[in-house]
Amino acid sequence: MEAISKSQLRFQDSQIEMAHGAGGKAARRLVEGLIAPLLSNPLLDRLEDAAILSLGMESVAFTADSFVVRPIQFPGGSIGKLAVNGTANDLAVAGAKPVALVLTMILEAGTPTSVVQKELEAIAAAAQEVGVQIVGGDTKVVEHGKAEEMYLTTAGIGKVHPGAQLGIHRVKAGDKILLSGPIGDHGITILLARGELALEAELRSDTRAVWPYVRVLLDVIGEAVHWMRDPTRGGVASVLNELARDTGLGILIEESSIPLRAEVRGACEILGLDPLHIANEGQFIAIVDPQYASEALALLHELPGGKEAAIIGEVQEAPARTVLGRNPYGGMRAIDMLVGDPLPRIC
Amino acid sequence: MKYVDEFRNPTLIKAAVQEIHQLVEPDRIYRIMEVCGGHTHAIYRFGLKGLLPKNIDLVHGPGCPVCVLPMGRVDDGLTIAEENNAIFTAFGDMMRVPGSKGSPLEYKAQGMDVRMVYSPLDALRIAEQHPGREVFFFAIGFETTAPSTALTLMRAKARNIRNFSVFCNHVTIIPPMRAILDSPDMRLDAFIGPGHVSTIIGCRPYEFITKNYGLPVVVSGFEPLDLLQSIIMILRQLNEGRAEVENQYKRVVPWDGNIPALRAMAEVFELRPYFEWRGMGFISQSALKLSDAYADWDAEIKFGVPGIQVTDPKAAQCGEVLKGVLKPHQCKLFGKECTPEHPVGALMVSAEGACAAEYQYAQRIEEIGFLE
Repeated sequence: MEAISKSQLRFQDSQIEMAHGAGGKAARRLVEGLIAPLLSNPLLDRLEDAAILSLGMESVAFTADSFVVRPIQFPGGSIGKLAVNGTANDLAVAGAKPVALVLTMILEAGTPTSVVQKELEAIAAAAQEVGVQIVGGDTKVVEHGKAEEMYLTTAGIGKVHPGAQLGIHRVKAGDKILLSGPIGDHGITILLARGELALEAELRSDTRAVWPYVRVLLDVIGEAVHWMRDPTRGGVASVLNELARDTGLGILIEESSIPLRAEVRGACEILGLDPLHIANEGQFIAIVDPQYASEALALLHELPGGKEAAIIGEVQEAPARTVLGRNPYGGMRAIDMLVGDPLPRIC
Repeated sequence: MKYVDEFRNPTLIKAAVQEIHQLVEPDRIYRIMEVCGGHTHAIYRFGLKGLLPKNIDLVHGPGCPVCVLPMGRVDDGLTIAEENNAIFTAFGDMMRVPGSKGSPLEYKAQGMDVRMVYSPLDALRIAEQHPGREVFFFAIGFETTAPSTALTLMRAKARNIRNFSVFCNHVTIIPPMRAILDSPDMRLDAFIGPGHVSTIIGCRPYEFITKNYGLPVVVSGFEPLDLLQSIIMILRQLNEGRAEVENQYKRVVPWDGNIPALRAMAEVFELRPYFEWRGMGFISQSALKLSDAYADWDAEIKFGVPGIQVTDPKAAQCGEVLKGVLKPHQCKLFGKECTPEHPVGALMVSAEGACAAEYQYAQRIEEIGFLE
């Protein structure tokens, strides 16, 4: 690889700010303008959630994810559960059954053993539910105050499903956009769990493994699933904008078709947030051949926890590289990527 | 969701849009200014522009508090906080507003203790929790937020919390409206009156507009149906040759305003003789400062203000956009040097800023009739 001179790097920001970790425009700039050019290779340059490696006869998906959520425990989950599900989901949306994870813990000195034990128990329980084993890892400790209780990193490998034919090049105009369930639960739950706002709601993080849902789609309609992503930081809006930008196609969302709990909608109205920008930890978006879209939806509806899946829109030829939302009375708006970071350290 | 769904009812909205199309005279242009940035945001967010007849020209007004704040005030606030090692608190809207040496968020990334609060009371609570540190609240807003600053200061005084201070940038809505009406560029036919401000000041303060300038004012809510109904009320007035203050937002706005809130403001604030507005210059009696009784909590007195003067970048046409003379996309920097991520002018920062709203919701959709 030829050395890349500083002037060739497109990342011009002088320092790292919280927004660079928020999954929106700034994060994209950091990845594409600094990380990817300096580490460039054909597999990385695809910038998918997981890389697909060919090892002998097997196709293997390989990925990693880090977790810095604050607070570490919240309704519906904790950092340990997120660390398992997050990496497992990156594998799943690459069309791979999660097989094994390694776990790295960065612990703050002074963190009670009981807290660490509780998270390890959560990791073990989540791993069992997903069907992966934690096969290795590392532990580091930093001084009190140099981290906040614990940061976790998991790396994982998965076995690519034989029916998976996923790739952004397969997305074409007319494809339907399938969303697996209600959005925003995780982000709003974390926001409320911090107790900084005088708001309360009966809400739980949606953290869960999406493989059981993905697997059924791949088992039954296989190559009719063209592309998948899990809308974590930056939310559904960021995933769809990346899709529109990278395909050069347009996307039209019917806003009234987006599954959304009343609590999330209410919190977003009060706080001036767009649910499409809020993080999810147990949902995925699948771009599906239109002929198979209703079958895909029916398959998800039959599964426990899949009843709220919906087709939220479709891919269009034009306007290029643009995500539009249409409301029930015909008003149109552009749906942009997240700018800034309204909710830092959400996962 | 109550108070939301009723006002987004597709059947009623379609009927209102149809009525508007019937009310407009085809060869007349209706220039209607929505004064409030919240209305600007809603108009774009709900795609209302595309539903209206082409000859209704919605002009975006100056009612966006961070947009009208001169860059020098941002510098002043950050400098005071930095020099006194204070905890800098402000509403989320302020966080990305650029000063000449960076925004509060950029100062935070370099280690300054910057915290976003949803209420000035949260800032006061931080002061109570950190008795050894100065806590500095960068107050912005029209009459909408001024009462909560006033009540916070009354509480700080009652509890004698001495490590709390307010850098007051509260402004009032009537003077800039008057400045726009007196401007040689004035070409407006009517105003959609601000909703939240009017919950405090009521509807009477707008009567000079109908009496002296002969233009209708309809105080409006923020949901799609509110705005469409307000436009209907304005069109009826214009068609019938009337000029009255009408209140569409009766479910929230009392005609005489919120008397206890106005009393709290009168207790804590007094008018500044003049104040600089970004893009509009100095406007007399257009802003508030803390009264003498609250001098101990006035950051300008407690720490002294550097009084930094910063000239806006020449190419930025924020003033023309603020006064409604230019549409956001007609500014030379719009979407090029100036974007929500790297704003040159504050209109590109706040969700209520006309430029940010147009960039976020309409920049790339000329095809569907947003940009004329």
